[in-house]
Amino acid sequence: MNIHEYQAKELLKAYGIPVPVGGVAYSDRQAAQIAEDIGGSSWVVKAQIHAGGRGKAGGVKLVHSIDEVKKAADAMIGSHLVTQQTGPEGSLVYRVWVEPASHINKEFYLGLVIDRATQRITVVASSEGGMDIEEVAKASPEKIVREVVDPAIGLRDFQCRKIATAIGLKGRLMPQAVKLMKSLYRCMRDKDALQAEINPLAIVRVGEEEKLLVLDAKFNFDDNALYRQRGITDLRDLAEEDPKEVEASGHGLNYIALDGNIGCIVNGAGLAMASLDAITLHGGRPANFLDVGGGASPEKVTNACRIVLQDPNVKAILVNIFAGINRCDWIALGLIQACNNLNIKVPLVVRLAGTNVTEGRKILAESGIAFITAENLDAAAAKAVQIVQG
Amino acid sequence: MSIFVNKNSKVIFQGFTGEHASFHAQDAMGIGTNVVGGVTPGKGGTTHLGLPVFDTVAEAVAATGADVSGVFVPPPFNADALMEAIDAGIKVAVTIADGIPIHDMVRLQRYRIGRDAILIGPNSPGIITPGECKVGIMPSQIYKGGNIGIVSRSGTLNYEATEQMSALGLGISTSVGIGGDPINGTDFVTVLQAFEADPETEIVVMIGEIGGPQEVAAARWASKHMAKPVVGFVAGISAPSGRRMGHAGAIIASESDTASAKMDTMEALGLYVARNPAHIGQTVLRAMREHGIKPI
Repeated sequence: MNIHEYQAKELLKAYGIPVPVGGVAYSDRQAAQIAEDIGGSSWVVKAQIHAGGRGKAGGVKLVHSIDEVKKAADAMIGSHLVTQQTGPEGSLVYRVWVEPASHINKEFYLGLVIDRATQRITVVASSEGGMDIEEVAKASPEKIVREVVDPAIGLRDFQCRKIATAIGLKGRLMPQAVKLMKSLYRCMRDKDALQAEINPLAIVRVGEEEKLLVLDAKFNFDDNALYRQRGITDLRDLAEEDPKEVEASGHGLNYIALDGNIGCIVNGAGLAMASLDAITLHGGRPANFLDVGGGASPEKVTNACRIVLQDPNVKAILVNIFAGINRCDWIALGLIQACNNLNIKVPLVVRLAGTNVTEGRKILAESGIAFITAENLDAAAAKAVQIVQG
Repeated sequence: MSIFVNKNSKVIFQGFTGEHASFHAQDAMGIGTNVVGGVTPGKGGTTHLGLPVFDTVAEAVAATGADVSGVFVPPPFNADALMEAIDAGIKVAVTIADGIPIHDMVRLQRYRIGRDAILIGPNSPGIITPGECKVGIMPSQIYKGGNIGIVSRSGTLNYEATEQMSALGLGISTSVGIGGDPINGTDFVTVLQAFEADPETEIVVMIGEIGGPQEVAAARWASKHMAKPVVGFVAGISAPSGRRMGHAGAIIASESDTASAKMDTMEALGLYVARNPAHIGQTVLRAMREHGIKPI
């Protein structure tokens, strides 16, 4: 689960991490009011959407008068912001964040991730702030430092000093950096985050002094831990998610929209991916990924059909079930229910295997509905592709 | 022979009296698994499926000599149940649970240091040595005994590959599902090591998917240390970047995470690679012919 920048900044603030004063506005007038309350002579107006790449797409504006704050907010709110991460249709902007412009002397990258190789939380830091860390990793990998945290003893001060030195945070800034890193680690652990990223972390000038300040932050939380993170769950913004995917997850289905025309209903994530692959290798294009999971009831199968058919591009559906914990007879009953209730116009190619396969095939054969059956994965994918290609 | 579990394994189930554990314990007994009891805190002293129920794993181990546990405990409590199993001296713990918080797994992996239990899963179909021992949720009727070792991240893709091989008359020594989560208790390399050392396994099938560095690390290890041929497949050539494809661990975060990149590396390291999920069986057969391995 992802959250907005303003939510991330509020969360960091609660952990004593320095973030700019600022506020969220849902209208241009609110934005102007916030800027006036903050005071000063220049502000930054930032569109609040989950996707990255906002700066290049016009979603971040530096402005120098209250009137400009208003104009920038007005232009952003209600618009579809198209960034390199949103896709061509963009994301609808409901709100902006307004904060005072900072005098930035230097920018850094600081992120915490769960590294799959070491299976531990790892601090990733770089003197190259403000850029995508993947790009830094490609262009100048020597500028990235990593420090692995032992979960039994936590992130230690000396490790933070090591990181700070390596990226050039020296002198009076070092104690600030140590405190900030330890707080970020605590936040990640307490809140079950998969990723906590501050980019950029800036050295800003305040009067005669230099201090660290978080200019942008991103969090990704573990969906599997939301049951024990009530406060985080409340931050979920359903408007940022594909409505079909939200509906599917409500039915215990895992659905991801793709851009082809063959709808897919499969059990198990691995077989679902492999089914998309088989379609692709036969020259077809899958319309979606859908895992019905284990213990799929007839109702669940019907819901799966309905969600897949909400995509108007779907010209055929491939159902591929290898039942272990599932039962082929239940899947067959669900498909018949779906055909009767949903008035399905597109052909269904069905491959059943595993638990109760004989019963499942018999139910389909005796249903009087023209299912196209296939014995194995290859034949099923070939038939589905053949149908859509006419 | 086989790896990790065999006819001498004494198996308990944690969460024994629950619906899933009951169903799969009975299925396991049906193929000859030596199930000796189970654990459900609060139900110690009763019997279930004609077997004794204990409050703790330690009591179950003391009374039955159990050395393998199938942990059918809900995700929020699963990591704790696994630590209990390891603490009680269980040698192989198998967890099916899909949805264990990743920070629980980080702590669990730390806890395992210095303790030599094998952990299969989480988010795994389990492990089966056909005709001897099953601890998991796979459809046991499709697994026939043989000389091929299978290790996969996905459950259903493991079944798919097994059926393709079975249709060609090929059987399995042991099948291990390491699970679809970002943190696996046992990784591909550990399973490959065990298969290489197992006299009854003559060839190994490794089925991976997008996300993480494991498949490549395992292919590197195999190319250096294995005499037995390895056939690889990686699911997800059509997966978009940055999306979690069902499994928590199946996400392309960098170029090396893609299915194509992983299969290219496997091929470059001299492994057999099935580029099409429908061709896993026939690729195994070709590898066996080229190595003079007879189907069992």
